[in-house]
This record gives sequence, C-alpha cells and structure tokens, in this order.
Amino acid sequence: MIKIQGLIKEFQVKNKDKKTVTKRAVDNLSLHVKPGEIFGILGPNGAGKTTTIRMLTMETKPTLGEIYYNGESIKKNPLEIKKLIGVVPQHINFDNDLTVGENMELHGRLHHMSSEKRKQRIQEMLDFVELGDTINRMPRSLSGGMKRRLLIARSLIHEPKILFMDEPTVALDPQVRRRIWDLIRALAAKGTTVIITTHYIEEAEALCNRVAIVNKGKLIAIDTPEAFCKSLGRITVEWDDADGHQYQFFESRQEAAAFAGTLEHGAHIRRTNLEDAFIELTGRKEGV
Amino acid sequence: MLQDICTVFWRDWVVLKRRLPKFILSRMVAPMLYLVAFGWGLGRNIQVGSGSYLDFLVPGIMALNSMNISYNSLTPLCTERIYHRSIGEYIIAPMHFNAFIIGKILAAVLRGLISSAIIMILALAFGANLNITPLFVGILILNCIIFAEVGFFAAMKMDSYEELSQVNTYVLLPMSFLCGTFFSTRTLPEVFRWFIDVLPLTHTSYLLRGISTQSPVALESVAVLAVYAIIGFILGNKAFRDQLK
Repeated sequence: MIKIQGLIKEFQVKNKDKKTVTKRAVDNLSLHVKPGEIFGILGPNGAGKTTTIRMLTMETKPTLGEIYYNGESIKKNPLEIKKLIGVVPQHINFDNDLTVGENMELHGRLHHMSSEKRKQRIQEMLDFVELGDTINRMPRSLSGGMKRRLLIARSLIHEPKILFMDEPTVALDPQVRRRIWDLIRALAAKGTTVIITTHYIEEAEALCNRVAIVNKGKLIAIDTPEAFCKSLGRITVEWDDADGHQYQFFESRQEAAAFAGTLEHGAHIRRTNLEDAFIELTGRKEGV
Repeated sequence: MLQDICTVFWRDWVVLKRRLPKFILSRMVAPMLYLVAFGWGLGRNIQVGSGSYLDFLVPGIMALNSMNISYNSLTPLCTERIYHRSIGEYIIAPMHFNAFIIGKILAAVLRGLISSAIIMILALAFGANLNITPLFVGILILNCIIFAEVGFFAAMKMDSYEELSQVNTYVLLPMSFLCGTFFSTRTLPEVFRWFIDVLPLTHTSYLLRGISTQSPVALESVAVLAVYAIIGFILGNKAFRDQLK
C-alpha cells in the first residue's frame, strides 16, 4: 500500500559555532506498509519519526527518495493521495478561534464533503471518541486527553483509508492511553491502515502488527514484535553486578533458570519484550 | 479550487462574524481621531484647491486604513504557522495552495472594506464631500489585496510578533504619513519624493482622491497597483511553498 524507497531528508541548521550545517534527519529509509496493518515506527526522540510522517503526509518534501501509494508516486497526483490519508499530528494544532464543531467542519470542508455528510460524520466521530457534548466548546477548554481524542476524531471525518498517528499518546496518563489504543484497534478492525510513531515501546508491542526500529534517521530493523523477541531469545535473565545492569537471553525458561542459578547475586527471569530488542538494536535506553 | 477558496474564506468569516461588533468599534477609533484632529481641528481653516481639507483628507485616510487593516488581518497567520501549527491542516488537505492564499486575501479584503465603509460613514457625518464610484471601490480592493499579500508574506517569513511589528514600524507607519495621505507629496524634496512616488500607497491615495474630487484618473497608477498585486501574489505563493522545505 505504501512503499518508501531511499528516503532522505536534510535540514540546514546552525551548529554551536553558529555556522550553517546540513543535518540529515532521515537517512536512506526504505520500507513497505501492507494494507490493513498497524505499522509502528519506533525510535528514541530525534530519530526522524516525525520527519518521516511529515514526508509521507506531504507536509514536507523529501530531499531525495520516492514515496508510493498503491504503486503511484506522490509526485504524480498529490491531491488524490491526500484524499486517502488522515493525520493525527503530534502537536495539538486546532484552530483556536473556532469551536470544536467548527474545527471539525473546517476539516470536512477541506475534504470536499457535502453539508449533509459533514454533519452526520462530525456527530458520529465525536460520539466515537466520546466527545459528543463538546461540539460548541473551544478546544482550549478541553483537557489534554480530550484534545488527543478530538485530533483522532477530526482525522477520521473524511473516512481515510490510511491513518498516520504521530505519537498519539504522548504525555497522557495510562487510562487515556489505553482508551486511545482501543480506538486504534477499532479502526484497524474496520480495515484502516494505521501508521503510528511512538517512543513508548509497550505501545508498539501492544498495538503493532509490524514495527520499524529507527535511530538517528536510519532504519535499524523491521519485523513483528514477536519476531524481534524471538530473535533474541524468548526468556530474559536480568541481574546487577559490578559492571552494572546485565541481560542475557535464552530460548527456554529452564535454560534461563539454570543460568540464573550460577549467578552470585539474585536474578530476575521474565519474558523478553520489545524493549529488550530495542535496546539491543539501538544500544540506548528508551526515550534518551 | 473555488470550493477551497470558499472554505478558507468561510473560516475567516466565522471568526469575523463572532467578533463583528468589537471589530467595528475598534476600527472606528483611529479614523475618528484622524477626522477630529486633522479634519475638524487642524483642517477647518485649511483650503486645499477648491475643496476643504476634510475632502482632501478622507481618501488618504481610507487608503492608509485599508492598508493597515488588510496587512494586520493576515499577520495572525504567523502564530498559526509557528505556535498553533494549524496551517498544517491546510497543507495536508487535498487543496491547491493558491486557494489558501486567495481565500486568506479575500478575507483580509473584506475586513479592509468594512473598515473603509466605517470611515466613509463617519466622514459623511463629519460633512465631507465624497464621490464614490465603482472605480473608487475597485482601487480600494486593489489596495487591500496588495497589503494583504504583504501581510501574508510577512506572516510566512517572520518568526515572531516582534519581527512583524517591525514591518509596521519601519514600513507601514512611514507610508501612512508620507504617501500623499495627509499632504501632497509635491511638497517633499525631489529625491525623497521620487522614492515615495514609487510606493503603492501613494498611487492609491492619489487615485482615490482623484476619483473622489472627480479629477482625471492616472491609469498608469492603476497599472502600478496591478503590478504590485501580481508581484505580491507570486511572493506569497513562494513563501507558502517554502513551508514545505
């Protein structure tokens, strides 16, 4: 459905000596997203996730490389491709001079929806995110979680086939985060392709069919969360010694237990998770 | 394209409609002061040509006011671009970028025209003699377009309100006083006058005054304004596309 080939994005930035230098935010990224899947782009802050989404949604132009939707380059017919996509940006970007309902209406109008359809979808989507009674409120009067849900509702008014979600649960409490996860699962169940960026590993693990791990603009690895864990070993032994916090991965709990028994200090045995794979692949801690 | 222009205009109309009484009241203050101070007070004893100074003044005030209102109507786009990032909604929407620019300019023209209508009503109440023709309104619209484009360009290029206010201080404020609005540029030193005569507000002031006093209209001034409008649109378009870099 979406194919990215050799995507590069460079910016001109000032360095500490105030000289203009070229910074490569995305470095030769190639990947393929299948229809109907929840595809995660996982990486630490500054890994190039948002820049990738901005290029995919045509908010910024790639320096080099190609993006294809259903085999068609975005350069060929960008307006037709834009009709297919919905975007939940990381930054809450409501028009603060418009009410919730007017913000939704603006989105519907920008997507050339008829008046009747707009009206119906606005109410439907507000009800879907349980914000039906906020239609006449100003966005600034809503809580952080409500604003995030409203961003999702707005992005869905025109029934996009592909939904981009850039850190949709950033800075939200666990309850709201899980509510948004349920919304995403409900969308995927209806056949919407969801591309989600996150630096929360448990989010990628809980939601995504496949995950691309990116670091410093580069694609490190791409696979299912289960396959990442399997490649390391299903069971992890964690312990502390003079060299710091240590990990070792094993295929079975018996092997892990046997190894843990040889250690001087106590060890913790648990299932390998995506965070282990992430740390092994990127060599850094989550969110650093 | 037309549908997209209407959408962009609709957004600004919704906002304006909600604030219309405040907008009208606030737009009455400056022209009232100009009319009282320069028209009634200072200008009562001044005769310009065959008419009163008030008749001379009103087209100038309309020119400078429409300039200021149109420019300042689009400067909030700067915060929408940098802080609220609400412009992103338009960039990712399936619409032509020109529709966004045209819609925004039309909304600014509407504000400029409402403001000009307020001045017209006040001026008539103050006893001014005005000859309002379709060409007069056309020139006003052209002036609004030019300065809305300046506002759009500034909002796309400047990174803070402080920088935007510098355009007000160093460009619009001197033009407000020097471009034939309050006095004829013929009294200025020649080199300075040459520079002032190139500026669009000078052409608007003279055109509006000429039409209002039923004098012959300098068609080359209309052409100059049209060229400014075209250049302004091209620059605005480029500045908007630069957001994609």
